[in-house]
Amino acid sequence: MDKLREVFDEDLDALEIGAAILGTGGGGNPYIGKLRCREELKKGRRIEVIPLDELPDDALVVSLGGIGAPVVGVEKIEEGQECLRAMRALEQELNVKIDALISSEIGGANSMEPMLTAAQAGIPVVDGDGMGRAFPEMQMCTWSIYGHTSTPAAMADEKGSIIVIRKTRDEVAVEKFARANVVTMGAAGAIAMNPMKGDFVRRAAIPYTITQALELGRAVQKAHREHLDPIQTIMTQEGGRLLMTGKITDLERHLKGGFAVGQVTVEGFGDYDGQTGRIDLQNEFLIFRRDGVVEVCVPDLIVVLDADTGLPITTEVLRWGQRIAILALPSHDLLRSPEALKVIGPAAFGYPEINFNPMPAKGS
Amino acid sequence: MYRIGVDVGGTNTDAVVIEGKTILAAAKSPTTEDVMTGVIDSLKKVIDETGLDKSKVSAVMIGTTHFTNAVVERRHLSKTAAVRLCLPAAQCLPPMVDWPEDIRDEVGNIYWMAKGGYEFDGREISGLDEDELTGIAREIGEKGIKSVAVCSVFSPVNDDMERKAMEIMAKVLPEADFTLSSEIGRLGILERENAAIMNASLRELSHKTVGAFARALESVGLTCPYFITQNDGTLMSTEFVQSYPVLTFASGPTNSMRGASFLSGEQNAIVVDVGGTSTDVGALIKGFPRPASTTVDVGGVRTNFRMPDVYSIALGGGTKIQTDPLKIGPQSVGYRIFEEGLLFGGNQLTTTDVAVGLGLADIGDAAPAKALGEETLTEIKAEIDQMILNAVERMRVSPDPIPVLAVGGGSILIPDMVGDLPVIRPEHFAVANAVGAAIGQISGEVDRIFSLDGLTREEALAAARKEATDKAIAAGAKPESIELLDQEDVPLAYLPGNATRIRLKVVGDLDG
Repeated sequence: MDKLREVFDEDLDALEIGAAILGTGGGGNPYIGKLRCREELKKGRRIEVIPLDELPDDALVVSLGGIGAPVVGVEKIEEGQECLRAMRALEQELNVKIDALISSEIGGANSMEPMLTAAQAGIPVVDGDGMGRAFPEMQMCTWSIYGHTSTPAAMADEKGSIIVIRKTRDEVAVEKFARANVVTMGAAGAIAMNPMKGDFVRRAAIPYTITQALELGRAVQKAHREHLDPIQTIMTQEGGRLLMTGKITDLERHLKGGFAVGQVTVEGFGDYDGQTGRIDLQNEFLIFRRDGVVEVCVPDLIVVLDADTGLPITTEVLRWGQRIAILALPSHDLLRSPEALKVIGPAAFGYPEINFNPMPAKGS
Repeated sequence: MYRIGVDVGGTNTDAVVIEGKTILAAAKSPTTEDVMTGVIDSLKKVIDETGLDKSKVSAVMIGTTHFTNAVVERRHLSKTAAVRLCLPAAQCLPPMVDWPEDIRDEVGNIYWMAKGGYEFDGREISGLDEDELTGIAREIGEKGIKSVAVCSVFSPVNDDMERKAMEIMAKVLPEADFTLSSEIGRLGILERENAAIMNASLRELSHKTVGAFARALESVGLTCPYFITQNDGTLMSTEFVQSYPVLTFASGPTNSMRGASFLSGEQNAIVVDVGGTSTDVGALIKGFPRPASTTVDVGGVRTNFRMPDVYSIALGGGTKIQTDPLKIGPQSVGYRIFEEGLLFGGNQLTTTDVAVGLGLADIGDAAPAKALGEETLTEIKAEIDQMILNAVERMRVSPDPIPVLAVGGGSILIPDMVGDLPVIRPEHFAVANAVGAAIGQISGEVDRIFSLDGLTREEALAAARKEATDKAIAAGAKPESIELLDQEDVPLAYLPGNATRIRLKVVGDLDG
């Protein structure tokens, strides 16, 4: 298949669906980002995409996106150039010219921000990202895991404030400072990270995830159009596994350190009659157990879809009685290395007793 | 004591009289352009049929799809000004950005973005600018616009700015109707603003409609209170509906589903309600409509107030058909079917003509439809069946062979089997909406963010429940009958102070 070179208006609906699926229950809603991309295209701007393997060695690539609370993101929507101002602040700080942008998190809202910012800046966006899914914290991306230092990082809000985080002790501290700043900004702002060299990005990025999101979305759209089973269509395409279809019979969510933490209990139906599933969540879906036994866990992707429409369900819209399909999609090898598992494996989320047992990768 | 339920559809106006669980009488009359005549006709019919003692009627409940139809058909919508209080935030997407073009044009696509709005924690994004708002109000006045929707960032948390902006603009526009988004929708500015703008565009129509209902009841000698049903199956006062017509959206489907459940005794089913203008398909779970879990499209516009999960298609008994090439809808002749439909001597081919032409129903004159030839009619009917099947499949929640409940005046269009699902046509099926209206209850609702600093979750829920209960009693519910219908608390991620959003609704029986 031809590599993706440009994103057009007619791709945005599919991208929205695909990005939400890769959000594994979190990541924020990409709907507003989709509308904003559409507005940029209406102004005659273009979303140009550079395939990961064509990125020159010395290209300067910036990972940027929105930061804040998803619920604020749908209420206090952006002024519009927050990311662009954060990017310009970095250029000024370092006296460089940035060549391309990349998403740190393809799952959810931050799939769209780099695209629309790239359109504003007239530079391409790289087909790849730093998570291949969604994670709750910034240091949980492959840039940090594989040795990139995120500082200096520049933050911008809608009121014109610019904050540069010049140096921190470690990557976790960048997240802490940024999180504290964004609260002052009204829980919505933009952040752009220290530029990366092209050769590093080629090594560290989860490859071709814009293409993946687009294809996932198109699969769901095709299933709707042709009255196929959307769940089956997604699995056929992505090499995933249907874990269970069932009904939510218990739902517990509470707050812990600012994150939505909880469990979903599912009673199986159809082929899964008599089985009980349980999903643990921390903003995203983390662990799936069948009858008490762990079957899939982070960093592999646990996706919850509406059993009928195949559309993804995020943790905040889970409801008792919902009929869902639980899918597992394999994570990329870059998320499965020992150094990655230290940051994004089950132990990093408070499950030291769980061993990550990778599910078979796509095509195997 | 009796209750009368009335349903004003696009095509027919139905009335039923119930006493407890018994339906004493049911009648159907054509909806008329002035609404009133149709209501009077059907009320007269049921009153005459039962020889009812009018003084023993405790209340009249009216369900109307009038406002939904206005949006779906883009008719009777007033030019509306949208004022968003947000700057410098939220300017990347202007009001109505995600509306279909035709309805955006219909309400004028007239908006301003002004200084104002709150942060999640109540800080101001920027203060209100009185001069700016006065200037905007003058421009609104110059355009001759009489309805204004005001939406501030985070108004569900604090509605002060929306209220102050209204006061400032009302000085310049004393005659205008103001709709505040905080009174209608939830968090999610685009969807709440959409709902507010739509509400504002319907205010003029709602004044006319409520006045017409009052005169209709008076003219048949009914002096009891009357209520309009809202989309959760509960009732609102007439003052309330004049201010919040959008809360009637999808009340028709809600009433028809609740009515169908009451009439058939089926608790789990798919309900297909074919009216004159549209078909609504919903799912009944334990006798109540399955609520939509996310945003709901109304006429192609995303909104976020609570609604039943209903899938609507532009297919009704009065839907216009073009034969070459075959095109069914989306326009409908509605109540004018009695003048414009072929079977009544008009010259517009409608879906009802097709049903009559195929001998599925015996009304009017079948000859003009038959003249199209059986092959053409069968082809059109197959297309209609396919539209219904697609809609049912979309709402179906399981492979279980649950029944399809066929209701509504146009339900002759529904085949005896929809795919593999058997169709049940309950007794009085044609007036299910009116029955659903008649069994309406009074509700009280709370939806806002509570801070759990110094408050346990249980205390916050109890406070919300008390607030909702007080609202229900104020709206006319019997205190001892009030029970919790639905409650949901969602912790808000990444916010300090353990903020949680509580949505809670109680219902109770109407007092008297």
